[in-house]
Amino acid sequence: MTAATATLAERIRRDFPALDQTVHGRPLVYLDNAATAQKPRAVLDAITGYYAGDCANIHRGIHTLSERATEAYEGARGKAQRFLKAPEAREIIFVRGTTEGINLVAHSFVRPRLKPGDEILITAMEHHSNIVPWQIIAGETGASLRVAPIDDHGELILDRFERMIGPRTKFVSVTQVSNALGTVNPVADMVAMAHARGVPVLVDGAQAAPHRKVDVQALGCDFYAFSGHKVYGPTGVGVLYGKAGLLDAMPPYQGGGDMIRSVTFEKTEFNGLPYKFEAGTPDIAGVIGLGAALDYVGKIGLDNIAAHEGELLRYATDEVLKVPGVRIIGTAPKKEGVLSFVVDGVHPHDVGTILDREGIAVRAGHHCAQPVMARFGIPATARASFAAYNTFEEVDALVRGIRKVKEILG
Amino acid sequence: MTSDVKELYQQLIVDHSKSPRNCRVLEGADASAEGHNPLCGDRVTLFVKLEGDRVKDLSFQGNGCAISTASASLLTEVLKGKTRAEAEALFTSFHDLVTGHGAKDSGPELGKLKVFAGVSEFPVRVKCATLVWHTLRAALARVQQPATDADAAHAR
Ligand SMILES: Cc1ncc(COP(=O)(O)O)c(C=O)c1O
Repeated sequence: MTAATATLAERIRRDFPALDQTVHGRPLVYLDNAATAQKPRAVLDAITGYYAGDCANIHRGIHTLSERATEAYEGARGKAQRFLKAPEAREIIFVRGTTEGINLVAHSFVRPRLKPGDEILITAMEHHSNIVPWQIIAGETGASLRVAPIDDHGELILDRFERMIGPRTKFVSVTQVSNALGTVNPVADMVAMAHARGVPVLVDGAQAAPHRKVDVQALGCDFYAFSGHKVYGPTGVGVLYGKAGLLDAMPPYQGGGDMIRSVTFEKTEFNGLPYKFEAGTPDIAGVIGLGAALDYVGKIGLDNIAAHEGELLRYATDEVLKVPGVRIIGTAPKKEGVLSFVVDGVHPHDVGTILDREGIAVRAGHHCAQPVMARFGIPATARASFAAYNTFEEVDALVRGIRKVKEILG
Repeated sequence: MTSDVKELYQQLIVDHSKSPRNCRVLEGADASAEGHNPLCGDRVTLFVKLEGDRVKDLSFQGNGCAISTASASLLTEVLKGKTRAEAEALFTSFHDLVTGHGAKDSGPELGKLKVFAGVSEFPVRVKCATLVWHTLRAALARVQQPATDADAAHAR
């Protein structure tokens, strides 16, 4: 617990209006960041600024407000490009979130290539949003979904994964960080394994983008998706990165305005990238807010965030394990941001309620990862997840809360 | 503020959640039903044996939080010997209690079930307390009046 990192959290906390409140008479301890992160004032201001000053539709007006809105919107695309280190801005597609990004790739890229007997490979630690879209298209085409196993620590069994990439594998879709376990996957190696067999890869970055520097070129992945709301940005907006060559060859996902070059009733000529995939009026305010969030993260520095959160997670792990009868689910050597745990003899739902009365927000449930829960033979866990603004004192409050749970129900 | 949460987790509730009564499969049940709360993963299977219009015996099995487990356990105790109409009236009173609508004077005496009054301060937990009651209704609906042997086939 160095003074420098403690001051980072303390300094930036003031930027987040929602953190400054009491819940049931206690100061809010917000530890549900993997579900969604709180928003700094810079993001709120950017959204209000658009609505209050530049509110106009984009790409279609020659008037000043429309120009300003378009500039801000396209400016955010540039910020997302730099955030992911994508080669080109047109490789950045604004979507509703990770879920929509994955669905877009499933329907426009993967589905047309599937034949009966083909396989899509995922891992046993995926969020439902990286399972269900593949099940849907597999069901429609006669392809099947294969699942690379994890071990008792929640770590991917990498050689099993590699061996499961076979001649029938048409696509690989894997999470970079598990939202239920915190496991960090070696995605660069996994991409290399898939590419060695000519199989394209999508990386689900929903839980990675808020915590570490992402470089899609270094990862080598073909697609990368993340959600704005987990990176201190607004809800309802996210990013899909795709390699230009692949995106260019893909049919549009949805039809509508903005994604066309010309329309007659006989024929439509589609617009180029990225507009081909952004049909209709997008969440302009959301995209501008996301741009502000990425600026904000850039200003704090992802390396600083990663260092601080790493110390928090280590500290929390040590302290929580000092409470007898507490078991951590997800003990992979490389973890990020997430502490999933169960208290002997106490259902996570009760843990959640008692902590909430102490002002502590955690998530209790299956975290949209029911197969992970099944793998560990539990119905649910309580999950504390960290952000840059969390302090060591908040971890202490969590541990006191868990002791209280034991006092009441232990 | 601490008192709040202890009002929810009354001693009787904690006791029933730790040592649930009638937590087993009921041999020769006339009906069973399964209840599931997808939000938190609570699951309960309720078994009922009827004698004419009366609940002769019940039991449950399940996996859930303290509130849903205690609610199931207490339900199996309280409902034994009650008629369908009495069970329905109890459910209405219980529902009013846990949603904070206050017990109606006309309703039946809730007795031990009053221990769930604290739930009304925890709106997200109402479903935990009522899950087994909805399951009971589903089970009873599966048995025609009067019960016939064929309905035992519904037990699973
Ligand atoms: C690993 C992972 N993938 C995908 C998602 C889905 O993100 P969204 O709901 O923002 O589309 C989440 C959100 O919890 C997640 O944690």
